[in-house]
Amino acid sequence: MTEQFEPRILGFLCNWCSYAGADLAGVSRISYPTNIRIIRIMCSGRVDPLHVLEAFRQGIDGVLVTGCHPGDCHYITGNYACEKRVKFLKEVLAQIGIDPRRLRLEWVSASEGGKFAKIVKEMIGEVRKLGPSPLRKEYQETVST
Amino acid sequence: MAQQEEKPKVGVFICHCGINIGGVVNVPQVVKYAQTLPNVAYAEDNIYTCSAEGIDSIKAAIKEHSLNRVVVASCTPRTHEPLFRGACVDAGVNPYLFELANIREHCSWVHMREPEKATEKAKDIVRMAIARASFLKPQEEAELPVDPTALIIGGGISGITSALCLANQGFKVYLVEREPELGGMLRKIYKLYPTDEEASKILDASINAVMSHKNINALTSTEIKNVEGYIGNFEVTALKNGEENKFKVGTVIVATGAVEFKPVGVYGYDKYDRVLTQVELEKVLQSGKSAMDRFFKPQKVAMIQCVGAREEKPPRAYCSRICCMVAVKNAMLIKEWYPESEVYIIYQDMQTYGKDYEEHHRKAREAGIKFINYTKENPPEVMPLPDKRLRVNAYHALLGEKRELDCDLVVLSTPLVQHESAKELSKILKVPLGQDEFFLEAHVKLRPVDFATDGIYVCGTAHGPKDIGESVSQAYAVSSRAASPMANRKVRAEAITAVVDKDRCVGCRMCEKLCPFGAHRIEEGKSTVIEALCKGCGVCAAACLRRAITMRHFTDDQIMAEVKTAFLTEVPKPPEAPAI
Repeated sequence: MTEQFEPRILGFLCNWCSYAGADLAGVSRISYPTNIRIIRIMCSGRVDPLHVLEAFRQGIDGVLVTGCHPGDCHYITGNYACEKRVKFLKEVLAQIGIDPRRLRLEWVSASEGGKFAKIVKEMIGEVRKLGPSPLRKEYQETVST
Repeated sequence: MAQQEEKPKVGVFICHCGINIGGVVNVPQVVKYAQTLPNVAYAEDNIYTCSAEGIDSIKAAIKEHSLNRVVVASCTPRTHEPLFRGACVDAGVNPYLFELANIREHCSWVHMREPEKATEKAKDIVRMAIARASFLKPQEEAELPVDPTALIIGGGISGITSALCLANQGFKVYLVEREPELGGMLRKIYKLYPTDEEASKILDASINAVMSHKNINALTSTEIKNVEGYIGNFEVTALKNGEENKFKVGTVIVATGAVEFKPVGVYGYDKYDRVLTQVELEKVLQSGKSAMDRFFKPQKVAMIQCVGAREEKPPRAYCSRICCMVAVKNAMLIKEWYPESEVYIIYQDMQTYGKDYEEHHRKAREAGIKFINYTKENPPEVMPLPDKRLRVNAYHALLGEKRELDCDLVVLSTPLVQHESAKELSKILKVPLGQDEFFLEAHVKLRPVDFATDGIYVCGTAHGPKDIGESVSQAYAVSSRAASPMANRKVRAEAITAVVDKDRCVGCRMCEKLCPFGAHRIEEGKSTVIEALCKGCGVCAAACLRRAITMRHFTDDQIMAEVKTAFLTEVPKPPEAPAI
């Protein structure tokens, strides 16, 4: 692997705040690297631990979950449910050999286009340092050679 | 049923959006790529898919290629989804079989300097949308009857205006006010900017109209104890002198207003008699000049702006919007009554934008009101003098000079803040408050007076600081929003709801516990979803260990299809599991 490792990040964005925040980054033409793919869900509380685990099983290097700020959830408490699940999932990930820093939860409001772009950049940087996911073929090749 | 099981035939329409997408992403390449993907029956590009030609082209392709799924790759679903869904419906495809791939806001606009990578990403985004579309299911929106009666909570100018507006359209209105009299904040105010009309005159006329209207039932000294149900069918329990009053309504309007922030401990407020807030000054002004003469004749008055407002952190991080104009108005009143007096407005930024307002500000400067600019780092100081007067030391940031003002009166312009009781009401109605503690609308620009919950609306200062004109405009807006379901006598319920598989459900009550809207009820040991209450967040589906809950339109299949197609990664194959 002579090329620089390009992390693959999957984002779960809630419809009301974070997805709109990502839209605003676009409207404001705030550029960030192309490494992220986005799945729109109605609420961060919809993120099932199995969705995240499946993403890792697919060899995705990092998962970003974003929701409305505490107190701003359009479903009142969905983001709190999400927060609990992410906390628990991080422990599970550590147990199965996936660095918990590969999973990140952030609050992004509809007015925080700049913040969204910044988080994406930061996360790509961090995951780049961590290297490819242990579940990726590239990683297994580096280990076996 | 037969149609549901039909093999997906996806039509893909990729938009150039002029040069917005086409200037970065190689659209023809994405079209070619889309044509190779599973389930794709047809793909084309359009200069503007949202144009009349684009819409016609979608409809024609649906007919020509017997499409049963449609993917448009263009902008965010938050703007054009309803338009494209409409095109599907026109051509006989269920609107829930439509999917948008956002290759503008999430791609071309944020990757303008990386056209090749942006093209690759656009392919991925389109692939994800096609994968998701293949799993989409048609949905039927249920029809619910709507009681043509409104509950308006709060009898200030917003509630009164909205009550009259709805009552004049023939709807029955319950106008509930906690205080013994209608009027709210306006009762406490002397004159209004920019017209210098007396608030009481405007208010009295409106209150008389409310009291004599046959369609309005004004319940004063009454509080809301409970509200159950959903759009069209709310059951309200109100409380007056300990007595319960129950009635049914179809819509609910929150018009509970706001209160003035009391800056206890700041600038000698609550400590020195002659430090007042603007609303307290209004009361003095209301009593008239002769009464004020007996009190004292001010020689020098200082008004300090942004007291307790525009702070670093919520809840009071906002600009209260009205205080600059209030200060200008009251400063001019004092100047008019006491032409010899000196009136100072000590401000951070004068924000008197808008029709007639800036002129008022200019007139105040011409009338000799003096403006001193302070910065957050160098706020003024207020100290007592032996004769009840107050010394205000201010640093004029524009001139770089210190000013020492010995004042008879110091007036603090403080922000409007939410009522203490709003938290309780937000729980009763299951509608959110924002970080500033004001009621939070569904969308700041596109749905400014709706809550995310259908049938409940917000207007006036309950939603954030506003002046009377803005509150009245919002009152008209909510009346229009509430009138449409009431005039139709029915609404279509959003189809994005949870549904429980009774065979899998074991009645563990996790969903009931988690649901913020009380939509899950356990009946005969199994969960049932009350569809009209379900808002479609999916918190329950993500928590159900029995996998008994399906979130319509955001099913596990659909989400997993996106997860699996987001990147074309090569994953080492796990060993085949032995058959058990």
